[in-house]
Amino acid sequence: MNRFDYVRPASIAEAFAAFQPASHYLAAGTNLVDLMKGGAARPKRLIDITRIPGLDRIEWLADGSVRIGALVRNSDLAYDERFQKSFPSVAEALLSGASPQLRNAATVGGNLMQRTRCPYFYDVASACNRRLPRSGCDAIGGENRLHAILGWSDECIATHPSDLCVPLVALDAVVEVEGPKGARELPLDELHLLPHAAPLRETALTPGELIVAVRLPAQAAAVARHARYLKVRERTSFAFAVVSVAAGLELADGKIRTARIAMGGVAAKPWRSREAEAALVGSPPTAEAFARAAEIALAEAKPSGDNAFKIELARRLVVRALSSALEGTPQAMPALPGSPIASVSGAIHAV
Amino acid sequence: MSLTISLDINGQPLSVPIDDPRTTLLDLLRERLGLTGAKKGCDRGQCGACTVLVDGRRINSCLALALTLDGAQITTIEGLAEGDRLHPVQAAFIAHDGFQCGFCTPGQIMSAVGLIAEARAGADPERVRELMSGNICRCGAYKGITEAVLEAQGVLADTHQEVAA
Ligand SMILES: Cc1cc2nc3c(=O)[nH]c(=O)nc-3n(C[C@H](O)[C@H](O)[C@H](O)COP(=O)(O)OP(=O)(O)OC[C@H]3O[C@@H](n4cnc5c(N)ncnc54)[C@H](O)[C@@H]3O)c2cc1C
Ligand code: SF4
Ligand code: FES
Ligand code: FES
Repeated sequence: MNRFDYVRPASIAEAFAAFQPASHYLAAGTNLVDLMKGGAARPKRLIDITRIPGLDRIEWLADGSVRIGALVRNSDLAYDERFQKSFPSVAEALLSGASPQLRNAATVGGNLMQRTRCPYFYDVASACNRRLPRSGCDAIGGENRLHAILGWSDECIATHPSDLCVPLVALDAVVEVEGPKGARELPLDELHLLPHAAPLRETALTPGELIVAVRLPAQAAAVARHARYLKVRERTSFAFAVVSVAAGLELADGKIRTARIAMGGVAAKPWRSREAEAALVGSPPTAEAFARAAEIALAEAKPSGDNAFKIELARRLVVRALSSALEGTPQAMPALPGSPIASVSGAIHAV
Repeated sequence: MSLTISLDINGQPLSVPIDDPRTTLLDLLRERLGLTGAKKGCDRGQCGACTVLVDGRRINSCLALALTLDGAQITTIEGLAEGDRLHPVQAAFIAHDGFQCGFCTPGQIMSAVGLIAEARAGADPERVRELMSGNICRCGAYKGITEAVLEAQGVLADTHQEVAA
């Protein structure tokens, strides 16, 4: 690990005042400290944002939307009763991620801003455009069975690893940002950038900008009775997604009124398929309709290496997630959150 | 640059100068404070051998920079027993053969103490296994670990009831 200065601002204004080139904000450090240990991140200054007051609250606004402070810990959000009831697929995604110890520490802001798990990004001896602009990409032609199948380029074929972001993007989450030049907000869908231009920019944040909160609109709770997050992993638990799917349905008169579909582990951003959602609206929730939605969701997919299997896997998981959502949100969090294999014991919400 | 932080470690208030900001809580415990119970398995958040409680919550001490924990209350495996009287989780690990080589055990036990406090598993072994999945055991003592957690949870619930009565 390189040496760095450590500062601990007591307010957002102090955080901005402390920000210089090569500064990194530090939340729980479960991603950043890991990257620093291997030398993939070499900040000159760490700005510890965890003591900034007011950013660790879950607030319900008058219009029924929820505002989640950037410092809310992953486990606290997942186990918040009202939140879990309103946005069950978000809670399930959180609980399918990492381990209890990591979730106790990890913050919502840090989860959104975590970097790719591409092994060449971590390995400083490898060429990686994302870590070192214009150095090349050793994943192309290398070990890439877990890399992207959507939205990749010859610059970079990495995926964004967050589980949390997948249902959030499906539910129209908005990110509140403050920076030295003022406050703004943007849809989560616009936070992570696809690797289309060199040098790579990973997110839409400009230097010094800080995520202060994430909001979910009240309308996102319309699918609460039919919402799942399913995640295929290479072991039962404590593993990143090979592919994951957040699915939500709102039904009326035997037809789909609203559909929400997003995929994780497939691209450099959480990948929402509005086309697949649109294809479902107005149709009865049948196996054929789900299969068609899955075709549409993966229509543009291309293997970036030895990962053609992920395209078929993702298609099947879209169908599986929609079918589980149709059965109903489990009334209690499944024992193995996100598992597409384990059966859900206990009651599900009545249709 | 040296910053001094205050920590309560196993009930002991301490003032600790940190001269290198790279020091993790795990390194502070092991290298500076002589508390070598928490183990360094992977040093990257992947194995759980370094699990301790910070303000009552289980975390991986290998990924937490010591400076960020100024003012925190830390409990390590050394702080569980009361003199010669083992903590119920420690006793249950012995009773159920919840280990073989013992390297992962302090982390497993601290994680189990955290799990029981969180009270999310109930009596369901599947939930216990899932909520212990942040702790890897290379000896594969998982069966005994799950049994030990379930038993200790029952013992602690009984003790609480007695205290309340
Ligand atoms: C072994 C292991 C397994 C894991 N498995 C999973 C998994 O299965 N699924 C999953 O989703 N995640 C997984 N994770 C990743 C974990 O979710 C992230 O490490 C965590 O969410 C990061 O949060 P943090 O608070 O520790 O962020 P930090 O490590 O402190 O920060 C991460 C990045 O975000 C930036 N940042 C932090 N907060 C803000 C903010 N408010 N505004 C702007 N920038 C900010 C930092 O500068 C840094 O670049 C795993 C991690 C480990 C170590
Ligand atoms: S895929 Fe992206 S992150 Fe991985 S080596 Fe290539 S450029 Fe780097
Ligand atoms: S040593 Fe901390 S998780 Fe492995
Ligand atoms: S007892 Fe040997 S690693 Fe768990």
